[in-house]
Amino acid sequence: MADLPDSDAPEDRTELAPRPLEAEPVVRRRTVLRSASVRFAVLYGLVFGISTIVLAASLRYTTLGLLSRQTEVAIRADGAGLLNHYRTGGIPGMVLALRNRIRENPDDSAIYLLVDPLGNRVIGNMSGWPQAVKQDNVLYSVPIEHFHKSSAAQLRAYALPDGDQLLVGRDIEMQVKLRRILRDAMIWALAAMVGLGVVGALVVRGLFSRSIGDITTTTRAIARGDLSKRVRRDYTGDEFDIMAETINDMLDRIARLMDGVRQVSNAIAHDLRTPIARARTRLEFAASHSTDADELRIAIERATGELDGVVRVFQALLRIAEIEAGARRSAFAAINLTPVIADLAEFYEAAAEERGITFDASWPDALNMIGDVDMLQQAIANLLDNAIKFAPDGGVVHLAARRDAESIEIHITDNGPGIPEADRTRATERFYRAEAARNTPGTGLGLALVAAIAQLHNGRIRLDDNHPGLRAVLVLPRDNPKPSAKLRERLLSATRRKSVVA
Amino acid sequence: MRILVVEDDKDVAGFVVKGLREAGHTIEHVDNGRDGLFLAASENFDAIILDRMLPGGIDGLRLLETLRAQDNATPVLFLSALGQVDDRVKGLKAGGDDYMTKPFAFAELLARVEALARRGKGEGPTTRLMVGDLEMDLLSRGVKRAGQKIDLQPREFRLLEYLMRHAGQVVTRTMLLEGVWDYHFDPQTNVIDVHVSRLRQKIDKPFESTLLHTVRNAGYMLRVEEP
Ligand SMILES: Nc1ncnc2c1ncn2[C@@H]1O[C@H](COP(=O)(O)OP(=O)(O)O)[C@@H](O)[C@H]1O
Ligand SMILES: [Mg+2]
Repeated sequence: MADLPDSDAPEDRTELAPRPLEAEPVVRRRTVLRSASVRFAVLYGLVFGISTIVLAASLRYTTLGLLSRQTEVAIRADGAGLLNHYRTGGIPGMVLALRNRIRENPDDSAIYLLVDPLGNRVIGNMSGWPQAVKQDNVLYSVPIEHFHKSSAAQLRAYALPDGDQLLVGRDIEMQVKLRRILRDAMIWALAAMVGLGVVGALVVRGLFSRSIGDITTTTRAIARGDLSKRVRRDYTGDEFDIMAETINDMLDRIARLMDGVRQVSNAIAHDLRTPIARARTRLEFAASHSTDADELRIAIERATGELDGVVRVFQALLRIAEIEAGARRSAFAAINLTPVIADLAEFYEAAAEERGITFDASWPDALNMIGDVDMLQQAIANLLDNAIKFAPDGGVVHLAARRDAESIEIHITDNGPGIPEADRTRATERFYRAEAARNTPGTGLGLALVAAIAQLHNGRIRLDDNHPGLRAVLVLPRDNPKPSAKLRERLLSATRRKSVVA
Repeated sequence: MRILVVEDDKDVAGFVVKGLREAGHTIEHVDNGRDGLFLAASENFDAIILDRMLPGGIDGLRLLETLRAQDNATPVLFLSALGQVDDRVKGLKAGGDDYMTKPFAFAELLARVEALARRGKGEGPTTRLMVGDLEMDLLSRGVKRAGQKIDLQPREFRLLEYLMRHAGQVVTRTMLLEGVWDYHFDPQTNVIDVHVSRLRQKIDKPFESTLLHTVRNAGYMLRVEEP
């Protein structure tokens, strides 16, 4: 814990050695690229952009391409028509046809020019032969001066057998304008896309950092040792909310375990130190003061007894920890508790009789449930053990098992001192022993073990007043799926929802 | 009896070997799995005391599995610091006959290993058990002492049967708890003693000599008192 970096920059986690300060910006830039939200937004923008560009390009190609091909076809047909006129009527026929066409060309989109071999205009609506047009039967797209305004045209030249030259064309100013409009639109669209992409990225990033960022800060605080932090939930039931809930559940469990660890270490400090210290002093004293072998032997035997007690505590602690870790659920099986209870009743009846205690037990003919026999045996044994231990000589101890549709209840009652109301919740903690119990044998771990076993079976231990004495009730659900049902259901529904989204 | 001890901890091994020798057994000791497997496979032992975590590449579990795969049925008692329920289950599954966790009481180890070694030489299924003038008929479930019929509850019968099968050996409280009741926990009250003394009331009290003896710091033993 102590060597955790205390800066909250995430990149600090990967390096434990102190890093030179000037490296900071480099690492930060890499972090921006590494940020999942930014990557996600960039990817999103890229897909969006590429599809837009493809759409625009195909639009452009189809409209502009179609128009220019149409123009080309029109020019060809026009030229062929005029050549026909020439073939039948010679130059005069052609001039006539040209005059007609120029007249019937209201928007001046058609361009004609006939020049004699010397290059003088014979007829046409263009002032002069454009410089750029040099070859016959080739389609040129050139800027021209047309009716005193600059414009663009597609032109085609035809050489006539007598040396004259004919120029046929179409003004494509509209097409050029359209092209410009399309290009501008595409630029704007691109700009809008970039803008939207950036906004989208920011939104996604915001979403991420609200949900994941909160999780990150929470878990980091936990890692630093502040176990009280929890992830904020929005209760929408979406994936982030489920994740937050799951993480909070996990943190609750960690907190409980940590509490257990703290309790155990405190307890070890107190309850194990004492007998170890006693054994140690006894041995040390015997080593320096014993005068004969018998004295020494007695001291050693006592010390061994004390160490055995330490070992017993130690084993009980480990067993509780083992059960609390939940590892033992693998031994769950369908069982009938009736013979288990009958055997235990017979086993402890002897001990009760020895102390003049009236003991009676009753149980239904079948107590079927899912669980671990060995452990339930031990739990019931611990409760019987306590009842017989704390009942007065000549007292009364009852064991009664009942069942209903959902659960099995095992009641163990005695008429001893009982546990005061205020102490009952503490009684299942490790090492709890009432003041009055100090001089009875025991470790204070029996009820803690019962509670752990009950919890492993999704059940619980209830301690009530028996007026007088204690009524301990072990409540066990009969139907016990292996992992806790709530958890499994949540995991299942989360994956189900995820696959629908995917 | 000839017992193989496979244990790498010098102190534990020294103490176990010395104790077993004092009890009159012949002991071989090795401190790693490889030598252990070699000895166990090539020589005859009445029982093997086996640590689980051993140096030399072969741990206790592997050693035992290999041994059992060669149809070697020598009784094996695991002596291990791995004390969780799952560890015990693993050890017994691998073919172990008994499992003890460290730290342990030597008396318990001795009692258990002697019981194992003797069981290994079992005379086969019997229908009658005899200790001195005490007889038990396993078929009719009748018990007699000096020709006199003794009435026993079913559990008392099982307790006596266990003691008679281990006659002449020390039987610890834990052994009784496991062998007679099949309980694997540690009851804090002295319930076992109560059950034994009830049995004693029936089989010893009305008769001249005692058969069921208490062995200090260890447990009980059923044997004919030497005159
Ligand atoms: N049946 C009972 N009657 C009175 N007090 C009880 C009873 N059972 C438990 N207690 C109290 O709860 C404490 C914890 O019990 P437990 O965990 O079984 O430890 P232990 O039996 O080793 O003392 C006991 O020391 C005693 O003070
Ligand atoms: Mg107790």
